[in-house]
Amino acid sequence: MPAGIFFPETFTLANGLEVVVATNRRMPVVTHMVWYKVGAADEPRFKSGIAHFLEHLMFKGTEAVPPGDFSRIIARNGGQENAFTTYDYTAYYQNVAVDRLPLVMQLEADRMAGLRLTDALVDPERDVVLEERHQRTDNLPAGRLTEALYAALFVHHPYGIPVIGWEQEIRGLMRADAEDFYRTWYAPNNAVLVISGDVDAAQVRPLAETWFGAIPARPVPPRCRPQDPPMAVQHRVVLRDPRVRQASLRQLWQAPSYRHGDSGQAFALQVLAEILGGGATGRLYRSLVVEQRVATSAGFGYAPSALDYAVIGASLSPAPDSDPDQAEAALTREIERVVADGVTDDEVDAAKRRLIRESIFARDSLRGPAFSLGTALAIGRTVADVESWPARIAAVGRDQVNAAARAILGQPGRVTGVLLPETTASRAAAEEPVALRGSEVVP
Amino acid sequence: MTLSTLLRVPDSGLGALAGTSAQSVAIERVVSPGGVEAWLVQDHQIPVVAVEFAFDGGAEQDPDGKDGLSAFVADLLDEGAGAYDSTEFQRRLADHAINLGFLAQTDTFSGGFKTLVETEDEAFELLRLALTAPRFDDEAVQRIRQGVVSSLRREQADPHWLARRVFFREAFADHPYGRSIRGSIGSVAHLNDGDCRDLVARQFTRDRLRVAVTGAITPTRLAVALDRMFGGLPATSAMTPVAEVTSVAGGQTVQVSRTGAQTVLVLGQQGIKRSDPDWFAATIMNYVLGGGSLGSRLMTEVREKRGLSYGVHSYLQPFDHGALIVAGGATANDKAGETLAVMRAEWARMAEGGISAEELADAKTYLTGSFPLQFSSTDAIARLVLQIRRDNLGIDYLRRRDALIEAVSLADVARVARRLLDPRTLITVIVGQPKDITPTRIVEAEE
Repeated sequence: MPAGIFFPETFTLANGLEVVVATNRRMPVVTHMVWYKVGAADEPRFKSGIAHFLEHLMFKGTEAVPPGDFSRIIARNGGQENAFTTYDYTAYYQNVAVDRLPLVMQLEADRMAGLRLTDALVDPERDVVLEERHQRTDNLPAGRLTEALYAALFVHHPYGIPVIGWEQEIRGLMRADAEDFYRTWYAPNNAVLVISGDVDAAQVRPLAETWFGAIPARPVPPRCRPQDPPMAVQHRVVLRDPRVRQASLRQLWQAPSYRHGDSGQAFALQVLAEILGGGATGRLYRSLVVEQRVATSAGFGYAPSALDYAVIGASLSPAPDSDPDQAEAALTREIERVVADGVTDDEVDAAKRRLIRESIFARDSLRGPAFSLGTALAIGRTVADVESWPARIAAVGRDQVNAAARAILGQPGRVTGVLLPETTASRAAAEEPVALRGSEVVP
Repeated sequence: MTLSTLLRVPDSGLGALAGTSAQSVAIERVVSPGGVEAWLVQDHQIPVVAVEFAFDGGAEQDPDGKDGLSAFVADLLDEGAGAYDSTEFQRRLADHAINLGFLAQTDTFSGGFKTLVETEDEAFELLRLALTAPRFDDEAVQRIRQGVVSSLRREQADPHWLARRVFFREAFADHPYGRSIRGSIGSVAHLNDGDCRDLVARQFTRDRLRVAVTGAITPTRLAVALDRMFGGLPATSAMTPVAEVTSVAGGQTVQVSRTGAQTVLVLGQQGIKRSDPDWFAATIMNYVLGGGSLGSRLMTEVREKRGLSYGVHSYLQPFDHGALIVAGGATANDKAGETLAVMRAEWARMAEGGISAEELADAKTYLTGSFPLQFSSTDAIARLVLQIRRDNLGIDYLRRRDALIEAVSLADVARVARRLLDPRTLITVIVGQPKDITPTRIVEAEE
């Protein structure tokens, strides 16, 4: 079993900026990322979408870099860049030749403290965000269903609010809202710098000190989020849309994450998810698609990287011209079966072997290591947590998987989402694989 | 800090200049005892091997009335082969963490896998079986057919998919390129195991095969593996000739009426083939027009200045027997007329005036400087090398690429812009309920 995954080095600057370096000498290129420990779930009430709106506005210039120049400088230097906002963090990245690393560090440090906005820059960008919302959510039936599913699954916690924001609140977001959010949360002591590629910590440290070290630390408030009461009801969310030709169904439960609830279960739940949903060999595909022929796809997913609740769940597409209720009933039987009877030792061993083998592929990427390490640190995990993943998976036993299945999939509270053509009389129906962490939104 | 200090990059002592790094990637030609050739990039830092291959002839070769056959076969090749039924074949892939897949594209049937070195023998064997002894068991054929029908229906809820589909149908009319690679619900209903076997026998032959391999494998070991994977294939076969095609130049605006929050726009016309001497001039022209990310002319005018859209992009789409240049984006229904007008105006401005010296310089530093970023993983490198082979660019292409880009002049770009871009003959497809656009024709979405 591998003794780690990425084998990174870490250090912390005097102003509190955490730095992680994962060396990969394949090509003289790097991925440079700055992660802020703030996301959509940290927004003030009635300001949904401000975390993501600010992410867009971070490209609008500083005293040193006029509007539009940031992206132009990156491109002119052969770099590719983007940013994304989730519930728990906001991240900005550039992929560049390693000799351009000082440049992108300088640019990223500059906008950590020097953002300068005007209404003339903010107002058209609000329209861009509204069109992004229309494109990614409102104009896609599956996107609208996902939004409604999360709103039902989280009755009080802000994971029930879409990352991009509700349209009526986006329309009311002003320059001052973005500036407040920026001043509150964007500080070196609330950020993580992650670099993967053709550098090591000894090379990065002086550069980080030069460019980021000069930014003073500032007090940052604690991340206070309302918690959900225990969920005792089964929600059913149905969306009928004349454009839908293929029904789909998803079923979601709240689950512990690496950082919330019984986080020790996070590893057993990953093994459980592999047993149920591991591609064409997973239980759900075998049972619903191959044996019973009631569905054309059936999957199961679990994403434990969240500051608060994780989401675990199944998705399926009922077979064309079949009754979607049949597929849903078959799914229910499989879930009941795993809760009642558990899994076998052989299933646990095979799932663990696959997961650990695939972890070796995680290093075979320029961006992947930076994304994985940044995600972990942005939600308060450590590099050691990430590196011990193969060992933690290897230590999972059948009893733990069965206990986790009973505890989580046996919960009475769950949400079932059904996407249906407007004409279908039936109750149930399906869509893509579960996008469990909600929406990642890019500028 | 000032802009001037920002642009003055201190000497960091980090690495070589970007432009030199792709040039240092060594591609070796490996020929097996049985005569199968592969291009190899060795990399022993991670215990991973990636194999990518392509046969010439993809969906374009699907017989009349059997649209979607190539894609159907691609879905079925890992659903049972040799002594292994679907369940056993999939179990072997999963247990060994072998990511094996096949893909039908317009002009090629491709496939490949990524595996750990410790499981490479199993991967070689499973690929051999999939290519030479696929089973096409009735259970798998029926199940995959249901899956294809299901995905075709699902796509119909996506207005972007619908707009592209109608655009290709308009641009290529009756030519095979106008058909859907995945076929239609009607055509897929009639595909059977015999059709699949015919395709395998007709198209999986060594004369059409190109292979690229990357990772922790030596030439000696690869040579043996090549014969094992591909040596059992027949030597030659006859391709169904595909006619050269020029995009329809009708200037039509075709509307698919559809309720929704936005109007999706796709516009385009005859493009440029990869083998054309002006390929890089066109690449630079497209980068400035709409290929670059936030800084392109289309993004600047449509998104940054006017807030009309989340994104508008353009791209070159070369095929073996034709080519397109295409642009697209989505906007509010009541802004569709304005957005289309701005996009057409940029089309015209480029056609008439080409690009500036600064735009040319920026495009060159981006296109040369960003190229090494494509070498991001073992399989990504293998796919890149395979594409170089398919495009007949030569084994020394990585060393020559920067110079080819640097050689493009302002006049080259202006010439290719004049040649390709003509707003009067653009084909425009609109999906939504656009305001201020008068279509020349309203069509139904295909079922």
